[in-house]
Amino acid sequence: MSPPPPRTLFQKIWQRHVVSQDPSGRALLYVDRHLLHDGSFHAFEAIRAAGRIVRRPDLCYATPDHYVPTVAAMRAAPGEKHRTKIDTLIRNTGQHGIVHFGVDDPRQGIVHVVGPEQGITLPGALLVCGDSHTSTHGAMGALAFGIGATEVAHVLATQTLWQKLPRQMRVRVDGRLPAGVSAKDLSLALIARIGTAGASGHAIEYAGEGIRTLPMESRLTLCNMSIEAGARCGIVAPDDITLSYLHGRPYAPQGALWDRAVADWRTLHSDEEAPFDTEWTLDAATIEPMVTWGTSPQYAAPIGGFVPDPAKADSSTRRTSMEESLAYMGLLPGTPMNSIAIDRVFIGSCTNSRLDDLRAAAQVLRGRRVRVPSFVSPGSGLIRQAAEAEGLHRVFLDAGVEWREAGCSMCVGMNGDLGDPGQRVASTSNRNFQGRQGDQVRTHLLSPAMAAAAAVTGTLTDFRKLP
Amino acid sequence: MESFTRVSSVAAVLAMPNVDTDRIVPAKFLHNPRSAGYGQFLFHDLRRDAQGNERPDFVLNQAPYRNARILIADANFGCGSSREGAVWALYGFGIRTVIASSFGDIFFENSFKNGLLPVALPEAGLLRLRAAVATDPLANLEVDLEQQTVSAPGGEVFRFEVDAFKRTSLLLGLDDIGVTLQHLGEIESFERHRKQHTPWL
Repeated sequence: MSPPPPRTLFQKIWQRHVVSQDPSGRALLYVDRHLLHDGSFHAFEAIRAAGRIVRRPDLCYATPDHYVPTVAAMRAAPGEKHRTKIDTLIRNTGQHGIVHFGVDDPRQGIVHVVGPEQGITLPGALLVCGDSHTSTHGAMGALAFGIGATEVAHVLATQTLWQKLPRQMRVRVDGRLPAGVSAKDLSLALIARIGTAGASGHAIEYAGEGIRTLPMESRLTLCNMSIEAGARCGIVAPDDITLSYLHGRPYAPQGALWDRAVADWRTLHSDEEAPFDTEWTLDAATIEPMVTWGTSPQYAAPIGGFVPDPAKADSSTRRTSMEESLAYMGLLPGTPMNSIAIDRVFIGSCTNSRLDDLRAAAQVLRGRRVRVPSFVSPGSGLIRQAAEAEGLHRVFLDAGVEWREAGCSMCVGMNGDLGDPGQRVASTSNRNFQGRQGDQVRTHLLSPAMAAAAAVTGTLTDFRKLP
Repeated sequence: MESFTRVSSVAAVLAMPNVDTDRIVPAKFLHNPRSAGYGQFLFHDLRRDAQGNERPDFVLNQAPYRNARILIADANFGCGSSREGAVWALYGFGIRTVIASSFGDIFFENSFKNGLLPVALPEAGLLRLRAAVATDPLANLEVDLEQQTVSAPGGEVFRFEVDAFKRTSLLLGLDDIGVTLQHLGEIESFERHRKQHTPWL
């Protein structure tokens, strides 16, 4: 008998979840974990209208995040629009018997922060959620991707999903990231290189020394941004860093079951000769702190660089797109990135709201004062508690930064956290799309340390060069 | 879901790459139930100025294209967020098919589940199609799912590829959940196997 053909990590997990295969090549996949949030009401409504039941409520977990106010006073008495969404999630989860971390529960937070934090997200699991940043969970060695409302309803009703195997991409990062360079910078550098559609139709596996040496929370940031490169899914093979992060978390297996799970998880990695359709290699040493200058995440430059000139674009389509971006952003070609003045700062979102992110921001803010309105929204109530336990909130408050509650907040503004028209925001979130943070609001994506430096100087700034 | 066989209509052209789903329907409208009619929100910030008035230079505000059922876009149409409201907005406005050189993966999936046909043409083909439309902007195009063709005003016919299962589902307007529940026996058998082999899940 010939040995089995080499497979990628993604293919191994995929094959474990195939319930049925149809002749056209589609697979019916079993879903181990289904995360729900306050934007999932469309799917519950569809289920109700069709008279269907939730097949496996025990595999569903919910927490409100998109519509939740982050200001304490508003949280206690949210406006009608937001309260309705929060209450609807309580009703839907109650009715179907689904675990729900509500607004008053310290475990509440951004669904992509809560999953790993609670140990709901596990290596080898197939996890879905009605949100494109579900790619985050792949950092734990899970096969995780975002789906639309009809697919959410389908998973609720059947606990399965029809999918076609995506193409396989490997992004190898050689060497370790230099001090002061974060996973956010790595991600923006990758997207600037391969484009926002560079990984469309693919699942990305991140590999190499630069990934193996990355702490868990940084891996979560990196996988989170996979969708901004076009990939529904990003994944990192589980290793000791994954296991030590996961051990003892409330929903992770315990005791003998933990040992049995670990034995299985140790087998989860791509084979030596696994076939990848596309490969990219990045040299970690060359990556610098990055900031976006346009209205697509691919429009990013090193902080020491300049706003590029559309006239030098390699195609007329790209030139037009760059011109439109710069017109919206109110920027001229050739402007040094570190001369761009900003109006406010947002530190938070499923990309950069974990404890390490808050520590990185606090390290820059310690002993300094901010020049522009700034706030921090931690990724969960537990992160808020942990940050307070080590005094980070004091650092923020002393610097003049507002210390808020957990939610998606100004990443997408559905809870009302928005900029004013024309404002320029330095933001640790994931999308700089037109109108995303408010009408005519201009977004510059960057890392938490860089956001903190921008808050201190009122200008995009290389935090490594602060006096 | 409404079935899709063929559509004949003038085509509105939106030649911008990377049109993200935030542009197709801004997040501020997503609190509305689908029954509110998402067509009114389509391309809201492109269609309307800060006062809410229509921008006359935007293609869908121009007479023949208000009733367009075909939208010709560019590369990576529908990238970004998974919001299905983006598809509901196009569909609610009357668009039945979007022709582009590529699509955001989640938008592409969502389209098929809501009666909207995303047609991916190679870039060269898309450029020729747009050129043909530019020479006769008021002429009808025909998009035929059965034949898998786009017929341009000048007579050129573009063939497109589509997944066999998706094609059938759209031609018949099938509800996926109904199809899947025919596999209930396999799902239950998978669950027994799963409980035995990966009990921590």
